[in-house]
Amino acid sequence: MRKSKALLFEMGRSGRQGYSLPSCDVPEKPLDELLPQKMQRSEPPDMPELSEVEVIRHYTELSTRNFGVDTGFYPLGSCTMKYNPKVNEEVAALPGFACLHPCQPEETVQGALELYYNMEQRLKELTGMERFTMQPSAGAHGELTGLMVIQAYHRHRGDHKRNKVLIPVTAHGTNPATVTMAGYEVVQLPADERGNVDLEALKEAVDDTTSALMLTNPSTLGLFEEEITEMARVVHDKGGLLYYDGANLNAIMGYARPGDMGFDVVHLNIHKTLSTPHGGGGPGSGPVGVKERLIPFLPVPLVDKKGEQFYFDYDLPDSIGKVQSFYGNFGVVVKAYNYVCMMGAEGLKQVSTDAVLNSNYLASLLQKTYTIPYDRLRKHEFVVSAKPEKKKGAGAGDIAKALLDRGFHPPTVYFPLIVDEALMTEPNDTESKETLDAYAQAMEEIAKDIDKDAEKVAAGPHYTVVGRLDEVRAVRNPVLRWEKE
Amino acid sequence: MGGKHYLPLTDEDRREMLSTIGVESIEDLFSDIPSEVRLQKELDLPPALSELEAVRHLNSLAAKNKHLNNCTSFMGAGVYDHFIPAVIKHVTGRSEFYTSYTPYQPEISQGILQAIFEYQTMICQLTGMDVANASMYDGGTAVAEGAIMGCGSTRRSKALVSRSVSPFYRAVLKNYFSSRGLDLEEIPLKDGHTDFSKLEEMVDDQVASVVLQQPNFFGLAEDLDGVADIIHNHNAVLVMSVDPLSLTLLQAPADYGADIVVGEGQSLGVPPSFGGPLLGIMAARQKFVRQMPGRIAGETVDSEGNRGFVLTLQTREQHIRREKASSNICSNEALVALAAAVYMAALGPKGMREVAEQCLQKANYAREKITALSGFEPAFPGFNFKEFALSIPGKPEELNKKLLQKDILGGVDAAPFYPELENTMLFAVTEKRTREEIDTLVRELEGWK
Ligand SMILES: Cc1ncc(COP(=O)(O)O)c(C=O)c1O
Repeated sequence: MRKSKALLFEMGRSGRQGYSLPSCDVPEKPLDELLPQKMQRSEPPDMPELSEVEVIRHYTELSTRNFGVDTGFYPLGSCTMKYNPKVNEEVAALPGFACLHPCQPEETVQGALELYYNMEQRLKELTGMERFTMQPSAGAHGELTGLMVIQAYHRHRGDHKRNKVLIPVTAHGTNPATVTMAGYEVVQLPADERGNVDLEALKEAVDDTTSALMLTNPSTLGLFEEEITEMARVVHDKGGLLYYDGANLNAIMGYARPGDMGFDVVHLNIHKTLSTPHGGGGPGSGPVGVKERLIPFLPVPLVDKKGEQFYFDYDLPDSIGKVQSFYGNFGVVVKAYNYVCMMGAEGLKQVSTDAVLNSNYLASLLQKTYTIPYDRLRKHEFVVSAKPEKKKGAGAGDIAKALLDRGFHPPTVYFPLIVDEALMTEPNDTESKETLDAYAQAMEEIAKDIDKDAEKVAAGPHYTVVGRLDEVRAVRNPVLRWEKE
Repeated sequence: MGGKHYLPLTDEDRREMLSTIGVESIEDLFSDIPSEVRLQKELDLPPALSELEAVRHLNSLAAKNKHLNNCTSFMGAGVYDHFIPAVIKHVTGRSEFYTSYTPYQPEISQGILQAIFEYQTMICQLTGMDVANASMYDGGTAVAEGAIMGCGSTRRSKALVSRSVSPFYRAVLKNYFSSRGLDLEEIPLKDGHTDFSKLEEMVDDQVASVVLQQPNFFGLAEDLDGVADIIHNHNAVLVMSVDPLSLTLLQAPADYGADIVVGEGQSLGVPPSFGGPLLGIMAARQKFVRQMPGRIAGETVDSEGNRGFVLTLQTREQHIRREKASSNICSNEALVALAAAVYMAALGPKGMREVAEQCLQKANYAREKITALSGFEPAFPGFNFKEFALSIPGKPEELNKKLLQKDILGGVDAAPFYPELENTMLFAVTEKRTREEIDTLVRELEGWK
């Protein structure tokens, strides 16, 4: 049944309320005595007045119009939409974590500092890096922090001409955007026919103006960079540094570590790899780890231990400073820490094993019907090209909509850019074989439907609460807020 | 092995799947990782814990902390102990919301998209701005990105920031600016407020953004009459950092001429969580929308004319525009924005006003009572919203130690951020504090030193 849902602003009635507050128990003064009239708001904001029941029904109905990992299979490539353990939510909500003020004296937050400290030890082992900051609030924020650290390192050595950062053509959009934010120029590297970064192009591009190479490994094609050691040597030889975008770490935990591949700076997306949920778009957390020579430049404060006491270390004279007001998304780190505690070394390795197994398995099933460029082992994800289907009249975006009708969240579409009509598929470690079989079957049916009646497929989705939404209209005639008629 | 309950594949599944793939063993699936970078050992991590053991472990860490539920807090400095109605966690706890991600597929993401659209609308209603995004990481990054937006729209590369803006935000701003090669200068203080005569001297045709805060870091309401004109005369942009909760009581930023409004949204029903996740709010006048970072939901229709919502104006964003994007932000604080939306929906304009008025009354009651004690003086003259700075007869650290013995989390020491403000402390008093709690604080302060 198709229908739109009333907005909050179309509900409620003046005089209703959805809250109850104790009455003010201090002697009150006339408002104008406390606040000059000209500083006061003249008109109340035109916001709805709703009872609690209306609020809950509204959001409950909205939630039924939303698809999460708990709803079903969510192979959104590069996003690692694995199951989010329920217990994560419970521990993060403990008042001893959720109700901490960031300015509390250190002696009152020893448990929180210990958690940060423990988490850092585990992330170091997982990645082969030497120090971590938890301050970045997401992956992209980690990238920016990492590039700032690299920049500070070069500047500190009096090396001011390094104004370029190299990134492969397969890089996630945040990589080039971050490069600009850090005041650098982007140099894009092509891929070779195996899907690796073109080594010859890299050699040509690197020089004494290269600040860093940013790399995701495995790449967004789901392929491991086979020449990684040589790439690291080439960049290091010219004085550049290697930055690791850890969005895809779910593929290699316990099998390989960025620190051992030659990376100098790493960020992790712990909302992905370490199972904290994605929250409809966030919050995430993007801890950044570095090798020894970059530690002095990390944001302040770091968390350290003296005897049995944990403390914030602000004594980093060469630090870049701060990237978030306080110490990062602590609440998210709590969840990731809980996950790491439960998984242990063997469990985390099994996660990567199953993520890679599921990916290769699903690719094998889909290969019968679809084109998957770069015929080699894949890590946690693979990219289908729906170019042939597009020729028949229904491309990647249409296949995605057809998947909606079959109860699946589609893969990431039209990314990475070097694959035409890309469907970037990441099945994850938390999915069963039955789910993958059902998805493969759905994809097969969609292929048949395209052969039969591509136009119908291209007109989908047919069974969702709203039909295909007109995104062009939303751009041409932007309506970005509700307004009274 | 740990975490078996999250990993549905059985050994038999794995065998069947390997044979479908056409390889012999799991090892074969990893043969593309060159041996020189293969980890030659097992990860050295503490033994895996069962769910029960993990909960015990995390409980024991949490139990080592004092917190706002077992202490009485007067700490603020940008993060406050406000009342959070129960409805919020029941909405954000619906896993259709919290286990979803960025709504790239709008037809199955109408829930979060509509909630974001409504959030944007309410932020606009509070600020008087035309557009709002959903969302930035926190107040600090929102301030930094707001100032950068001003640079983008004016094609200038310098900002001025008042020293009355939170030092936490200024630290982030400074870092963002220096990394990008933009210039930043600080406008000095005068009696705890922005020195507007200095602002007038400093602002010129090179300046892109002027960043101010209302109420400022010391909890003081700045007199913004005519300030925007000074800035606009040089075609610069006024970037205002605000506490959204204050806006049912204080003048809407649009009314005093703000161009871009940013701030920390934690006061809207968000637990402090040791400083994160928080909520960066950002709103602006229509003409800045193309420079705005982050996600924006817009209204449209489906193939049958039904109203629906999509992420829009995405050519601003990194996944489309790459190095030319307005920002690199991707994951944001969407679930926190949802919490704020539920807060605003539940409280409504009257409830938020009531909360704001109680903050104002209680903070002023506390300020008056404390400054009646000998040795405690207001650090600055002026009008306080829910926080005030006091000069005290000793070290803030020592006072906090004493208060802690009574399970009171005292104030925030100003000196680390303002070296000239020795023995100065910020106290925040929200609607949650009772008269009895305030009176207890006053009794504890009495006769200290
Ligand atoms: C490869 C890659 N890099 C970086 C990011 C950015 O991470 P975040 O969204 O946490 O900022 C993502 C995900 O969105 C990604 O897939």
